[in-house]
Amino acid sequence: MNLLASLVDGLLIGFVYGIAAMGLTLIWGVMNVINLAHGPLIALGMFGVYLITTALGVNPYIALILVALVGLASGVLIYAVAIQRVINAPHLSTLLATFAINMIIIGLGTKVFSTSPYTIDFSLGSISIGPITILGTRLVAALAAVIVTGSLYLFLYRTRPGKYVRAVANNRAAAELMGIPSSRILALSFGIGTLLAATAGGLIATFFPFTILAGGAYELKSFVIGVLGGLGNPLGALAGGLVLGMLEGVIPAFLPNTWVPVLEFLLFVLILLVRPSGLFGAKR
Amino acid sequence: MILELQQISKSFGGLQALSNISFAVPEGQIMGLLGPNGAGKTTLFNVINGVYAPSQGHVIFRGHDLKGLKPYHIARMGMARTHQIVRPLKDLTVRENVMVGACFGREGHNLAEAAQIADDIMQFVGLAERARQLAGSLNVAQKKRLELARALAARPHLLLLDEVLAGLNPAEIATMVETIRRIRDQGVTIIMIEHVMHATMKLCDQLVVLDYGKQLAAGTPAEVAANPQVIEAYLGDPKLAESLMDDAA
Amino acid sequence: MKDRPSFASEAITAEREASVKLGLLRRSPGLWLTLAIALVVGLYPALTGNVAVREVVFTMLLSVALASSLNILLGYTGYVSFGHVVFFGLGGYVGMFLLSRGMGLWLAAPAGGLASGVLAFLLGKAILRLRGAYFALATIGINEAMRAFINNFAPFGGPTGISLNFQIYTGYGGAGQALWLTYYVLLGLAIVSLVLSYLVKTSKFGLGLMAIREDEDAAEVMGVITPNAKTWAYILSAIIPGIVGALFFFKNGNIEPNDAFRLHFSIEMLVMVMLGGQGTVLGPMLGAAGYQGLRGFLVTSPLFKDVQLAVAGGLLLLIVLFIPAGAVGWLRQHFPRLRALLP
Repeated sequence: MNLLASLVDGLLIGFVYGIAAMGLTLIWGVMNVINLAHGPLIALGMFGVYLITTALGVNPYIALILVALVGLASGVLIYAVAIQRVINAPHLSTLLATFAINMIIIGLGTKVFSTSPYTIDFSLGSISIGPITILGTRLVAALAAVIVTGSLYLFLYRTRPGKYVRAVANNRAAAELMGIPSSRILALSFGIGTLLAATAGGLIATFFPFTILAGGAYELKSFVIGVLGGLGNPLGALAGGLVLGMLEGVIPAFLPNTWVPVLEFLLFVLILLVRPSGLFGAKR
Repeated sequence: MILELQQISKSFGGLQALSNISFAVPEGQIMGLLGPNGAGKTTLFNVINGVYAPSQGHVIFRGHDLKGLKPYHIARMGMARTHQIVRPLKDLTVRENVMVGACFGREGHNLAEAAQIADDIMQFVGLAERARQLAGSLNVAQKKRLELARALAARPHLLLLDEVLAGLNPAEIATMVETIRRIRDQGVTIIMIEHVMHATMKLCDQLVVLDYGKQLAAGTPAEVAANPQVIEAYLGDPKLAESLMDDAA
Repeated sequence: MKDRPSFASEAITAEREASVKLGLLRRSPGLWLTLAIALVVGLYPALTGNVAVREVVFTMLLSVALASSLNILLGYTGYVSFGHVVFFGLGGYVGMFLLSRGMGLWLAAPAGGLASGVLAFLLGKAILRLRGAYFALATIGINEAMRAFINNFAPFGGPTGISLNFQIYTGYGGAGQALWLTYYVLLGLAIVSLVLSYLVKTSKFGLGLMAIREDEDAAEVMGVITPNAKTWAYILSAIIPGIVGALFFFKNGNIEPNDAFRLHFSIEMLVMVMLGGQGTVLGPMLGAAGYQGLRGFLVTSPLFKDVQLAVAGGLLLLIVLFIPAGAVGWLRQHFPRLRALLP
């Protein structure tokens, strides 16, 4: 029964992992950039919700909407400042450019928030179904993740800018020939990736304590999930998030908790080697 | 026969890129590979030099079945090629590019010997004055010559040329044709993919025509140009065919 | 030659050797310049006996050895190893394990290097098939998997790691002497890493690596046996970090998973190579010293010390955006005449 409870917990958090990874994998899919500022952006989402909630006394979920919008804008800004110039350069350049953003955020963030933990004082109670008790905040977070994923799909498949994003992801040169403003679409995509990171961070902050460095762990998880689901495949990222959440729920029943990351990263390397398109991606 | 293709087929997923190609290339000849775009000519080159493994069939090079061998094994056995889309090693100098061919090709020279060979070959293809320039800074015609120089530096038995004439102006074509002839005269067997018809007809001893991955015809230029199937499928207009027959004669 | 009287042949050989040596000096002034800078900076603390300066230079030399090794894979071969610190950490752990079991530093440190080399060999054939960002991701995964594994690995002390008994340093003339000893050994390793880098770059093997960096498929078609060349580059880039790891943690006295496999340190190594100029011999040395020098300044400067990381990030961004070839690369591009001096 304990197993079932931790499985459900794992699955619920898996939804949130999923949208964090979706941000990473979208940016990868559209512009072939591994965003090493992903973790700090998740952390900024956490602090964003914290600041707005404590300063204005509003509900964290309303704060989250604001944080998402700010995330979108910051992503566009980061793209314009740090990425655009090196978008066609070798991988090392974009890796280091995003890492520089990582350093700037962590540097300033440490100055402002120190590295001590923060919590948001907020609760939605809990629901008990038989032996399983679910925290309300986690349930809402999972629901929010589903809504975000749905909205992303509506955006990508039902709107013009979304179709442009897919076209640019598919073949940037051809998209440009078709008259799609690829530079603006790339900036928008980076913005959406950042929005997703910040949203995931904000949701996590409603039930876990966090520090400015907390995003790092989720960034690494996002790598694992992204590869599980197939880099560049947003829906795969959600599935990958669920798989990872489930593993985290189930493995501790058989092995000490500290073995979880060993298995996660071994799985990660293994999938890269045998199925780089991911568990859910098309066969190459 | 320096090279024999035995019933080569290659498919990618459901797409049949090559089916049942068989021909043999005698030593010391120039063999032309013709066919419209998408006929599978470059794919065939990739099968011959080990970039792709054939789905079926065998490639026999100097008596050895190349099954399972990688491009670097085959290169070291004495097969060199140029690429249709030039692939200079941009941040290396022209000379270093050519030295790579000499160092890792059939004769596997050390750096000092390779430098010597590179100097000779750059002279031969007319790149000597560019030796110290970065390969990325060359123009297209020069890059084509660099491709050729790198392949020659490997001292190959068999040279695969993928559209070395494309994109060159008539004067450059004339020089290149002359160069190719001189390479053959040194005893190197050549297979060339070419769209520049007149030059091909003049240069080649044998032709093979591909169409949609199938072998449409093979023979001397005169035979091929007279083949009604070839005229219909590829050459299209009979007048062109006639003028080509004149070239071949 | 065989028929000549032996003394004449000896004389000729000696003369030829002299000319070869002179030739090497003339042909590679850049190498000597590089080594001279390393030696002058490296011997300065020894001459003055200043312990504080020694610690600063120690960090620089450590970085030089690591960055210069990484450059063999990153700069010459074009493979971005994001988790290179795994070799530093593994070497450190193997070294510390052996030291704590009573083995001397002279065996324990090379054993650390050997372990890292073996790891690179085992990993090489598998992950070097991956290209571009996929390889970078795999190296991150391997470092994190290793960190998490050692965290659970009881013989290496699990999360608490391995601590050396203070008594161990008496075998090296006391703690103070041991610090000087590690310093000199590190200086030697930094020099070796630079010479190795130069030898690789000017060899046929190095030409093959650079062909792979420029266009791996074209290199294969030209006969470069790419899987072997890449694996050797990986092994060569792993051994010295392994030895350096053992040395560093010997000096440190204890090792923990989070110190040994710190991903951030891995990225710092990349930054150093990038700053100085990837694919050059001199670049990683200047980049490493420059990075550590700048970091030291930022950490102690009253103006920047609170935001040193952000300032360093801002500088990194400027360099990535505007001087992507790094300092030495930029100089080589803009002053071709200086190329002989800037290997």
